[in-house]
Amino acid sequence: MTIFKRINGFWLSMVLAIVFFIVVQLLISRGILNSFYINTLFYMAINIILAVSLHLIIGITGQFSIGHAGFLAVGAYASAVMTMKLQMPFSLALLAGGVTAAVAGLLIGIPTLRLKGDYLAIATLGFGEIVRIILLNVDYVGGASGMTVTHLTTWPWVFACMLIAIIVIANFTNSTHGRACISIREDEIAADSMGINTTYYKVTAFVIGSFFAGIAGGLYAHNFYIIQPTNFGFLKSFDILIFVVLGGLGSMSGAVIAAILLTVVSTFLQEYPETRMIIYSIVLILVMLYRPKGLLGTQELTSFFRLRKAVEGGKQNDNKHTVA
Amino acid sequence: MLKVDSIDVFYGNIQALKGVSLEINEGEIVTFIGANGAGKSTLLKTISGLLKPKNGDILYEGQSIAGKAAQMIVKQGISHVPEGRRIFANMTVEENLELGAFLRKDKNEIQKDFEKVYHLFPRLHERRKQLAGTLSGGEQQMLAIGRALMARPRLLLLDEPSMGLAPLLVKTIFRIIEEINSSGTTILLVEQNANMALSVADRAYVIESGRVVLSGSAEELNASEQVKMAYLGGH
Ligand SMILES: Nc1ncnc2c1ncn2[C@@H]1O[C@H](COP(=O)(O)OP(=O)(O)O)[C@@H](O)[C@H]1O
Ligand SMILES: [Mg+2]
Repeated sequence: MTIFKRINGFWLSMVLAIVFFIVVQLLISRGILNSFYINTLFYMAINIILAVSLHLIIGITGQFSIGHAGFLAVGAYASAVMTMKLQMPFSLALLAGGVTAAVAGLLIGIPTLRLKGDYLAIATLGFGEIVRIILLNVDYVGGASGMTVTHLTTWPWVFACMLIAIIVIANFTNSTHGRACISIREDEIAADSMGINTTYYKVTAFVIGSFFAGIAGGLYAHNFYIIQPTNFGFLKSFDILIFVVLGGLGSMSGAVIAAILLTVVSTFLQEYPETRMIIYSIVLILVMLYRPKGLLGTQELTSFFRLRKAVEGGKQNDNKHTVA
Repeated sequence: MLKVDSIDVFYGNIQALKGVSLEINEGEIVTFIGANGAGKSTLLKTISGLLKPKNGDILYEGQSIAGKAAQMIVKQGISHVPEGRRIFANMTVEENLELGAFLRKDKNEIQKDFEKVYHLFPRLHERRKQLAGTLSGGEQQMLAIGRALMARPRLLLLDEPSMGLAPLLVKTIFRIIEEINSSGTTILLVEQNANMALSVADRAYVIESGRVVLSGSAEELNASEQVKMAYLGGH
């Protein structure tokens, strides 16, 4: 019964997603949406991928990574090199962006995640800066002036990547692997004594998160006409971190909603960069004052619906409560 | 069943265990009593694979397990209830128990163990859908023990189960420890509460600053002047 309901919910959201996709696709092809809105929409989807990928690392596994823009940069440049220098198709370039970022994640994750404590935060902060400085100094990818990139990112591509990122991460979270990751977030020593291979799960979550950040990088690079190292500084990492914190650590729907809201806020305030930072800060302060656990806390959007249904039905909700 | 042979354990430069040896036979309750900082938790962590001994060996069923990964040791039948309970606060009681069986694949047997644990701790059954962080201290201790039992251990390591509990609850917990033991699980119990520990144990060791200073049957230690003075607060 429970399983039936769950599958039902899954297909329902899939149908809604596809309807949304088709409507937007029609609006774009009929020329009803102007390029400003289209761009905002693309940017939103890319930010959602970044938000859910970091959510897996921070919100689910409890590992503080504060250099996510570094993986975005690795994916962006790797995929741009594929299309612009090696004349590879876009699909392969995106994949290469994800895989390169995942390998970078593996190289940072293995030495730092074996240790307990905040080594990952320090290492990822350093990583983000190192990537930026390397890119600044490598002439092959244009140094400070950056790389020109053909516009290849289309609505079907961003939407499909976003959907895949959400489905993969949601499924991972609801699997035994996800349980293991959540137990690490809750209490790493206890997870260890249950016989859970904590290093393995921390690295796995980190690599999956890095992979999707790399995919986002590929979409990002081919959405603009130029990529420069300055696009991937610490402030970019901070933006992504805010999605996760604002949404509520541990809530994927929260991260998605925060990514949507903040993309809208920052797009409409693009022309007033000073005002943008002020309003951004005010929004954050307000949320932290009134909802210190983030917009959704650790709850998922679906659990609110479930709760309401249970109350309407006048009986206790017997569904398995998902922690994530 | 378990034989620890003069192990030395270090935290960086600090030596926490100095040539500690002990032996546990199948079916026994063995207790380690000692003051705060004596090295009790360090001993359990070393046996369960969370720490590695620098020197010495640990034999379980005749095989060396010293320095093996924790998941190998859990698989071989040693479960550790860590100090301070360390339950997964934002998960339900049921989910905590599920994680105790993380390494097992035998679904039917896991189901049986759920029933066993709920039979042992009816409170946990009543609260199975409740978030573990909202349980009382005593219930959390029950959950920590139940979670360890879900791995179906042959040897259960208990780190100060009486810590921070009211006397009546301590009695309940110790009665349950005896019950677990009588259904066939061997137990290594470390405690500051020497009174209670000696009342359930078959044999006991006294540990002081990382060294075993005394050992014998529980009755012997209960009668020993040295133990009375230091741990039983008596004359
Ligand atoms: N993580 C650690 N780092 C450094 N020293 C530690 C650590 N854990 C315990 N110790 C030291 O090791 C000794 C034994 O500690 P512990 O095994 O926790 O004692 P007990 O459980 O008997 O109270 C103490 O002196 C303690 O300060
Ligand atoms: Mg201790």
